[in-house]
Amino acid sequence: MRATVPPNPFDELMDYAKSLSDGDTREQIVSAIFQTSRDICKETITYTKREKLHETEKLDRIFTSKIWGFPIMLAMLAVVIYITIAGANVPSSLLAEFFGWFEGYITLAFEKMHAPEWLHGILVLGLYRGTTWVVSVMLPPMAIFFPIFALLENYGYLPRVAFNMDRLFKKSGAHGKQSLTMAMGFGCNAAAIMSTRIIESPRERMLAILTNNFVPCNGRWPTLILLASLFMAAGYTGGWKTLMTASVVVAMVVFGIVVTLTVSWVLSKTALRGMPTHYTLELPPYRRPKIWDTIVRSTLDKSIYVLKRAVTVAAPAGVLTWVLANIHIGDTTVLAHVAHLLDPFARQLGLDGYILMAFILGLPANEIVLPILLMGYLSTGALTEVDGLHSLKQIFLDHGWTWLTALNMMLFSLLHYPCGTTLINIYKETKSKKWTFVAFALPTGIAIAVTFTTAHIAQWLGLI
Amino acid sequence: MTQAKLERLCDAQPGERFRITKINIEGTMKRRLLDLGFVPGCEVTVLQKSPLGDPTAYRVSHTTIALRKEESSNIYGERIGNE
Amino acid sequence: MNNREYTIALAGNPNTGKSTLFNVLTGLRQHTGNWPGKTVVHAEGFFTYKDEQYRIIDLPGTYSLYSNSVDEEVARDFIIFAKPDVTLVVLDATALERNLNLALQVLEMTDRVIVCLNLMDEAKKKGIVIDIAKLSKKLGVPVVPLAARNKEGIEELLETIVRMVHGEIKTKPIVVSYSRAIEEKITKLLPLVKEIVGEEYPARWVALRLLDGDTSLLHALQHQPHHLLKGVPNYACHCSAKSI
Repeated sequence: MRATVPPNPFDELMDYAKSLSDGDTREQIVSAIFQTSRDICKETITYTKREKLHETEKLDRIFTSKIWGFPIMLAMLAVVIYITIAGANVPSSLLAEFFGWFEGYITLAFEKMHAPEWLHGILVLGLYRGTTWVVSVMLPPMAIFFPIFALLENYGYLPRVAFNMDRLFKKSGAHGKQSLTMAMGFGCNAAAIMSTRIIESPRERMLAILTNNFVPCNGRWPTLILLASLFMAAGYTGGWKTLMTASVVVAMVVFGIVVTLTVSWVLSKTALRGMPTHYTLELPPYRRPKIWDTIVRSTLDKSIYVLKRAVTVAAPAGVLTWVLANIHIGDTTVLAHVAHLLDPFARQLGLDGYILMAFILGLPANEIVLPILLMGYLSTGALTEVDGLHSLKQIFLDHGWTWLTALNMMLFSLLHYPCGTTLINIYKETKSKKWTFVAFALPTGIAIAVTFTTAHIAQWLGLI
Repeated sequence: MTQAKLERLCDAQPGERFRITKINIEGTMKRRLLDLGFVPGCEVTVLQKSPLGDPTAYRVSHTTIALRKEESSNIYGERIGNE
Repeated sequence: MNNREYTIALAGNPNTGKSTLFNVLTGLRQHTGNWPGKTVVHAEGFFTYKDEQYRIIDLPGTYSLYSNSVDEEVARDFIIFAKPDVTLVVLDATALERNLNLALQVLEMTDRVIVCLNLMDEAKKKGIVIDIAKLSKKLGVPVVPLAARNKEGIEELLETIVRMVHGEIKTKPIVVSYSRAIEEKITKLLPLVKEIVGEEYPARWVALRLLDGDTSLLHALQHQPHHLLKGVPNYACHCSAKSI
């Protein structure tokens, strides 16, 4: 049917329509539609509580006020992190103790069955430990952080953050909605890469993609929290310790935001030159979230997510690490060889060979960096059982850690390349090998530069 | 011309009401503004400025929309008093 | 005894609880936040109601359907070319004036529309009272009040959907009247549109889009995307869902 109609009539029709139309047709059309809407509303809606109508606006006068806007944002972040740290400590150590206790029985069972040493090594010391470490370190903070975050999100606070921060993003040449995609990054950078679709301009979307990694994702929160509490808050006890830990983690997040803005600014002046596009931001009314519903769903979702990651990524990584730590070349293990090889370079960054190797092996998922590191350390002969945070710290100290090592590892974790899943998503979204490589190399370069500088300044100042 | 008497939306202060007469923006942005209710003849209430001075939030057809100065300085109309 | 699968499209402004309604209907449990544009992947789901199969497509949340962006084009093309059996237009009852804008646009495109007044609980809290019957009469299509997140009104909505797909509801969508100048031009264009574009598309709406200089629509009409016709839309993600 359609094939019999030559394409010409369409063009003619268009031309004819064009000749009829004038410049502000759209304006007239939309005006008429709005007028109709208003007329309908006038006849069908009655407002019985005028004072209730503008409640959101009253709240916004506080949440986005000149004086309180930024302090409230910072306070919200600090409170969420504080609650996370304070709440996660006990369940984390309980889980660790439980898994340790259970490991004893598994080992007994292996002995009963006269299972070979290597099998016990792979399955228990590798797979079981890798998985359970990830679960005990990751699960509690994530199961606390995300429900609270989801409450804020469902309440409608995030668009206010975008509203408050807009000018900073504009100044750095980025899109105002980048703060929304950054907020998504707290959960998972890979998912946040998808959420950059809300930014229509390709240039600004690329900025959002390339810098999303500077927001710590759920695979990195626990690393930051753990190291901060072990090393940065070491001199404090009780509530003060939690407060100190929270402050350090907040400082890390703020630093990540500063890096995001700086990198966006530099890129928009160089490789991704251009003007920020115009945009409008809707501030939806605050809506009281369904509190229990949100908490339960978000806790379950996150727990399932963490457990899935533990099984799919941490388990194989645990096995691989154990194997590498037990295959000998000459009289040292493969793992030790690699760590030794990386050591001189890592030292320049205030790290050591094992840490760098853990980051490299941790490419598939940030969650497994810490477990790999611990396994690496343990394989060097220290027979310590990890049964709590204290012995954890001892392991680090035995390997020559100082607060500077912890700080540099935190910085490197915050700034380094995105995880494998995120890189795959970046490739899918950008369809460009070049930009995917940039997304890998740029953060890595920054991570190296920053840790190098920190390490050397600290040494130069004689702080260490 | 009456044009001379027109004021810019960005010059209206929080609390003031403003009736739009003309939008001096072209292309997609204009269409987006129209969709959101920034239509000539419509009334807008200035709610407040962001802590850093820009953007500014407006109430337009019972919703809150934030605009940057780049846009609000090209929307013309008249101030029609305080809320 | 009917093996036919009905297609339902979900349209609406961003942040009107469209995703929540989608989740309720399909039984999916996806997280839905409160910020505009958070649905970045368009979802497709399925459900069964009274032994009949439904496929439901969550169109991108948009403020209008005037092809200002990719999202708007996707939503528009789906309604025009895939001709869903029912299009649900989800409106935020607390900001009806702005939201109706989109409903009026959809009503120019198709008459198989059910207007869902969502967030009725919020509206109630704010003392906004809406005369549903009158609104429905004005618009010429069924209007169903909902509080999707409390699962209120879902049963009535499903019943209305059933009646609509079985042709038991006669709709008479409101016709927006434009300025005299535009109406005259529409009258001039109508016969030509009917002749060239065909009767299967809403001629008045097409004429309006042409006057608006919407070349992307004409292009789409000319190279009609056959894959969209009842087929699988080229969306990024397909979610499976269970029946309710």
